[in-house]
Amino acid sequence: MAENLFEQQASNRRKSWWLVAAFILFFAWLGFGGDYILWEYTRYGPAGQYQHRFPFGGIALSLIAWGLVTYIRRTGSAKVLWSTGARELTEPTSDEERRLVNVVEEMAIASGTTRPRIYLIDDPDPNAFVTGTDASQPHLAVTTGLIAMLDRDELQAVVGHEMGHVKNLDMQLMTLMAGLAGAVALIADGLGRTLRFGRLGGRGGSRDGGKGGNPVLLVLLVLWLISWLLAPLITKLLALGISRKREYLADAMSAQFTRNPLTLAQALDKIEKVGAPTKTIKAGVAHLCIADPLGHRSGAASSFLGGAFATHPPMSMRVARLKAMAFQAQKAGGDLPPQ
Amino acid sequence: MSYVLIIVVVIIAFWMIGAYNGLIALRNDTANALKQIDVQLKRRHDLIPNLISAVQGAMDFEKDTLAAVISARNSAMTASAGLDPQHVGAVAKAEAQLTGALGKFMAVVEAYPNLKATTNVGQLQEELTSTENKVSFARQLYNDTATKYNTKQQQFPTNLVAGVANAVPAELWEIEDAAERAVPKVEFRRN
Repeated sequence: MAENLFEQQASNRRKSWWLVAAFILFFAWLGFGGDYILWEYTRYGPAGQYQHRFPFGGIALSLIAWGLVTYIRRTGSAKVLWSTGARELTEPTSDEERRLVNVVEEMAIASGTTRPRIYLIDDPDPNAFVTGTDASQPHLAVTTGLIAMLDRDELQAVVGHEMGHVKNLDMQLMTLMAGLAGAVALIADGLGRTLRFGRLGGRGGSRDGGKGGNPVLLVLLVLWLISWLLAPLITKLLALGISRKREYLADAMSAQFTRNPLTLAQALDKIEKVGAPTKTIKAGVAHLCIADPLGHRSGAASSFLGGAFATHPPMSMRVARLKAMAFQAQKAGGDLPPQ
Repeated sequence: MSYVLIIVVVIIAFWMIGAYNGLIALRNDTANALKQIDVQLKRRHDLIPNLISAVQGAMDFEKDTLAAVISARNSAMTASAGLDPQHVGAVAKAEAQLTGALGKFMAVVEAYPNLKATTNVGQLQEELTSTENKVSFARQLYNDTATKYNTKQQQFPTNLVAGVANAVPAELWEIEDAAERAVPKVEFRRN
């Protein structure tokens, strides 16, 4: 376990760094690439005509990307929570809420992490996720359906799974991913609209003939345009790729914290049986949740293709692994080994 | 040749700094984990008077059980005053006794359905369950951290700097009471 945890933490730190670097570099390429193409077009123009000498676009886009990353780091978790309509639970009023607060405090102690701020989502479907860009301030959101359906121990196991994501540093990477993917989708959307209305297309008229023959420039132009078009798709695939394997590790860590893998297996079973999509949780934050909020929980994901496009491993596999863990522990003498 | 020597010395120096800092970090983690237990024990000690005053009227004839809880709480409070990583055993023993006494006490409460129906008692039960869990999770975290710290300072080659870092093995929080070991969790589930 220990090796796994530290490897996972290191890998998550590295991946978060690369994600940010790739994001900024990508924007820089969009900007400076455009500048270069424009420069090539205008450099042999007549004396009076505009010559693109200074890379305004590249500098502007890099700054925008950097600003976006900073903005997401600062407000990403708030945005994620806002998109699900979560409300913060500060003063528990009912017995169920008090139990939730207690269980969260217990798991924060067991995992040795900061007690997260707790949020409730009014949705009858059981689900939970954790978000935050700083390990020392996690935000945990659960649906009202979850706290109504699970008993104390099962709730504890689910919260343990989420605290596993916090301890692994999965949380930062996944929140960053959600924020960046959202930003790219938004920009691509806006750009698509701009292109459709022909504002950028109109500029082609100022171009003077004769220089279009440069094949390198042409390839560059095509690549550049493709980058703009593919950006949302690439970010979506990245988001899928980072989510699945870490669910198993978070399950294992929950078992480590509660010293009881079977209660999580029970909880997952219950959650799966509901099978309804969690309507309040949008696709953008799907990879943060304990169970796929989009509804295809086991059926679709068990086929090969379904598996490739699911944000979560099939529930049956997770339950099977937890049961195997319990069996191993029993054979070894009752208790799970310490980390 | 002297260059090689310098490089070797520099590498060793860097390794020593790393190992030393690693040990210090683990020592602080261990102390912090113990502090976590301490916080939870205080909560537990504070909770008991409330619990007892809530049930006292209805349980007049269960005086022995109440007295056992009160005396166990008092000796546990005295013991926990001197809690540090080298002297965990005595506190652990006193707290285990308190856990045992509380377990009996809650079993008795279970036998009084009208008492349980009072919301106040119901809430106190939830608080007690949670506090007991917190104590045991804090203990679990402490034992895991202390084991890591102990292993690190005994393993070669880190043991070479253990003396410099003043690293002394931390005592684990053992569950000495056989009765507590047999009953893993006191369940007061309200359905």
